[in-house]
Amino acid sequence: MMLDATPRDTVAERRALVANPCKTCQPVGAIYAALGVHGAMPHSHGSQGCVSFHRMFLTRHFKEPAMASTSAFTEGASVFGGGANLKTAVRNIFDLYDPAVIAIHTTCLSETIGDDLHAFTSDIEIPPGKRVVYCSTPSYQGSHITGFSAMTAGFIEHLAEKSGEPTGRLLVIPGFVNPADMRQVKRYLDDFGIDYTMLPDTSGVFDAPMTGKFELYPAGGARVAEIARLGDAAYSLALGYWASEPAGNVLKRSCDVDYQALGLPIGVSATDEFILALTRYSKIPVPPSIEEERGQLIDCMLDTHQYLDKQRVAIAGDPDHVLGLTEFCLECGMVPAFIGTGTPGGHFEERVRAILTKHGRKPDSCWVKAETDYFEIHQRIIQEPVDMLLGPSLFKQIARAEDIPLVRVGFPILDRYLHSYFPLVGYQGALHLLKAMCDALMDRLDRDSADADLEFVM
Amino acid sequence: MKNSHNRTKPGHTEEQLLCDSAQAATAGSSTIHTAPSVPEMGERTGAVIDEVLESYEAKVFRNRKKHLLMVDHALEAPQEIAANSRTIPGILSHRGCCYAGCKGVVLGPIKDALIIVHGPIGCSFYTWGTRRHKASSEPDKLNLVPYTFSTDMHETDIVFGGEKKLFAAIEEGLALFKPEAVLICSTCPVGLIGDDIHAVAARAEKQFGVTCVAFSCEGYKGVSQSAGHHIASNELIRRIIGTNDSPMQGTYRVNLLGEYNIGGDGWETERILKRCGITIVSVMSGDGSIADITRAHTADLNLVQCHRSINYIAEMMQTQYGIDWLKVNFVGISAIQKSLRQIAAYFDNLELSERIEAVIADELAEIDTELRSYRDQLSGKTAALYVGGSRSHHYQSLLKDLGMQTVIAGYEFAHRDDYEGREVKESIKVDADNKNIEELSVEPIEGKYRLRISPEKLAQLKASIASLEQYEGMIKEMDNGTLVIDDLNHFEAEKFVEALKPDVFFSGIKDKYVLQKGGVFSRQLHSYDYKGPYAGFKGAINFAQDLLMGLQVPAWQFISPPWRHEPLLRGHVDAVEEEASVPVSTQTQGADRPGGER
Repeated sequence: MMLDATPRDTVAERRALVANPCKTCQPVGAIYAALGVHGAMPHSHGSQGCVSFHRMFLTRHFKEPAMASTSAFTEGASVFGGGANLKTAVRNIFDLYDPAVIAIHTTCLSETIGDDLHAFTSDIEIPPGKRVVYCSTPSYQGSHITGFSAMTAGFIEHLAEKSGEPTGRLLVIPGFVNPADMRQVKRYLDDFGIDYTMLPDTSGVFDAPMTGKFELYPAGGARVAEIARLGDAAYSLALGYWASEPAGNVLKRSCDVDYQALGLPIGVSATDEFILALTRYSKIPVPPSIEEERGQLIDCMLDTHQYLDKQRVAIAGDPDHVLGLTEFCLECGMVPAFIGTGTPGGHFEERVRAILTKHGRKPDSCWVKAETDYFEIHQRIIQEPVDMLLGPSLFKQIARAEDIPLVRVGFPILDRYLHSYFPLVGYQGALHLLKAMCDALMDRLDRDSADADLEFVM
Repeated sequence: MKNSHNRTKPGHTEEQLLCDSAQAATAGSSTIHTAPSVPEMGERTGAVIDEVLESYEAKVFRNRKKHLLMVDHALEAPQEIAANSRTIPGILSHRGCCYAGCKGVVLGPIKDALIIVHGPIGCSFYTWGTRRHKASSEPDKLNLVPYTFSTDMHETDIVFGGEKKLFAAIEEGLALFKPEAVLICSTCPVGLIGDDIHAVAARAEKQFGVTCVAFSCEGYKGVSQSAGHHIASNELIRRIIGTNDSPMQGTYRVNLLGEYNIGGDGWETERILKRCGITIVSVMSGDGSIADITRAHTADLNLVQCHRSINYIAEMMQTQYGIDWLKVNFVGISAIQKSLRQIAAYFDNLELSERIEAVIADELAEIDTELRSYRDQLSGKTAALYVGGSRSHHYQSLLKDLGMQTVIAGYEFAHRDDYEGREVKESIKVDADNKNIEELSVEPIEGKYRLRISPEKLAQLKASIASLEQYEGMIKEMDNGTLVIDDLNHFEAEKFVEALKPDVFFSGIKDKYVLQKGGVFSRQLHSYDYKGPYAGFKGAINFAQDLLMGLQVPAWQFISPPWRHEPLLRGHVDAVEEEASVPVSTQTQGADRPGGER
């Protein structure tokens, strides 16, 4: 039986051993963010195995190429420092792959030995018109989500300048989300006629079309020139407290551009907040097309309510996602029973409890934990079963072991195709999620009902 | 078995369908062609090698020059290739690290051991369920393959040391799972901050009475996964193998080394071996267990599938226990037969020989019709192979069975002996990166060393069994004019594919979609694209079926939209009533349009 080594009698107290983690390390987030800049080559300053794993992870989630280079540390470099490796790497990358910008991030290796990227990059000759940016992403801090944030901030820190000539542009930091989500957010911005820069923007990169020609730098991504002008931006919207807010804060500090941080626009209320922010910023009334979409979503929530009401759900994944998913489940009348993330910090538990309270639930009505792992969530589900799992593919084994339907959402989804083409954010994203949740629960009803009880019409 | 040529459109021959699809795959990408003649191919290969090298600046040129060669068996001296040396920083290599080779490859599949990755979270996360080393659960036996464990070191652990946390993790893991052994794998920062994982393992072993083995496989060690294979092999020899003397009952007892049960390959191999009356004592390490590996030394013969990752163990077991080893290959129909017959020759028993022949005949009869059909459809197609350290050789044999030709082959982390044959082993220079990977020096173990056959008999057998304690390497079996590459990088792959136009490129996940975006069909030979098994007679059919399916998938025909090559304007000219079509190329600006490229 699947996961049959997991003791079923009790939930084990663990202080040191992490089993089946609910997060991975910072550098992969840094690479994902860097690939959302057009012409960028992400570069991992560490041993070559790191970048191999990260490219594998991203490619398996998106079923798309994920290019990134490495300083390829050997034992010698680990002892004497990686300066020479970085110098060689930068020269070779510009020579062979001609990127517009090299986006360097550190690893636990280079951080532990104290490599100073500022000193190294100041010492390296960079071809005219080319740029090098960097950020610090030791794997022993944060998670892939904070790594994403760090690299986004790195681009702003190293490229954004304030000339004093306002661009009137809005910076939108979309969060660690799929290209379809970024497209969805951009569609809303376009509907309001807002002039914006999205950073990073992996649409057109991780959903690039098949043309018969491989492009090392696909058409999508934020332009370096646009990022350089962010210092003169009018305002920033950071979607996601973990993946985006710190980068918004960096632009505020460096160029005094005010920002607002919002949760990922998942579900009704969070999307409402986002739309309100856009209408307030643009001073343009909400276009009827958006109100129509919202109305369709509410209509469908009413239609389907009896299949979702009081259904107990376990939600896991990245913190910004989990907040949004929790709220949408509450909006659908469901009962979040276990809510977990692996990413540390950011007041995860308080934020979740605030959402519970907002929706009239007791703040301690469900189990909430940051820095948890799937092993613990599984042990808890064994004690108090749930009706549905909501989260990435990493839930798959638990779904099978406990025979619980799994609705795949977030990162990583390794075992299904096309998921990154359908949005999770916005009213349409909520509609997709609502359909997926209803399908999962109703398929289960159909499977489990007696012949005489099989409903022909539902 | 589902037969993919049912997909053929009525009225189309297979060949036509393939041609259509290839043409649709745009200019510069795969075109289906018959295999080129040797001089023709040699000329193209030589030219593209020169072109690639000339693009490099001097230092990279000097380095990469030694890692590329065009096979030429007419040369007096055997060809030499540089391998197992440093990856050039900044070059888009596909290589992994020492940790990946130790935990990911060799130790990961062992199902009854608690493998704790000591380090920050990423390294453990990435080896969770991501390699398809299948493992079956048996009642009352531990299967930890669906799990991954980590000490998830935080900044404070890096600053103050992680030994206490590691010890606590061992204690917690033992209480939860009661494993046969605890294996501790270190990641980069552990070696740098000086955590003594060996001391922690020894202390835990003493306190809890369970075998605890530490593997110092920090990612920066060596130059690739290969260092990790070696480190894993050393500790298995030092601590696990030979610790349980109760022999397994059965005839012709063998260990299967370097079989990781990807996609169930090991199970298919075992099925065939068991049919032949051969007993498997242990597998290292696909679906393997510490319980079995502890008594591996009671076997009669070691069979080595993946030479690169595990030849260390075969060699050391020969010295310590007197067990001979045979390099086998259960991938490819002719290769399996050769391997089975060599096993029969080693045991030199008529009954075994007859049984093996009967099994071969039976298995062949079962696949005969399908094999013929696939061979007819695949014959003449060309392939490129870029996989780890053995598969690029193993699969050439299967491709040959299907009438296909390998035009490019390379290894990610092989050593010179995997390319050139074990005879060059002594002449391989140890460099600064490799000298720190321990070469265990072992001696015969008193009371456990036992010659399976007399030295005279062994010498006699070695003369007739080519793979007995010998591996001939990949190059000898490749055709003149074909290309061999070590540590292929993205830039080279693009150039070589463009010039040599293989119909299929077998590689891994990192370049699969790069190739396919460029219009070249690619299948993963690390993970088999979540299918398989490909080993064994039936596996060969699975492989052929998946390959043909991908070459014929209708989507290839749709890459170029019709408006790229259909007339764009239709209309009536003056009073003439017939329809006039004006093709794109006759438009004044036609050549500038995207469609003009075609």
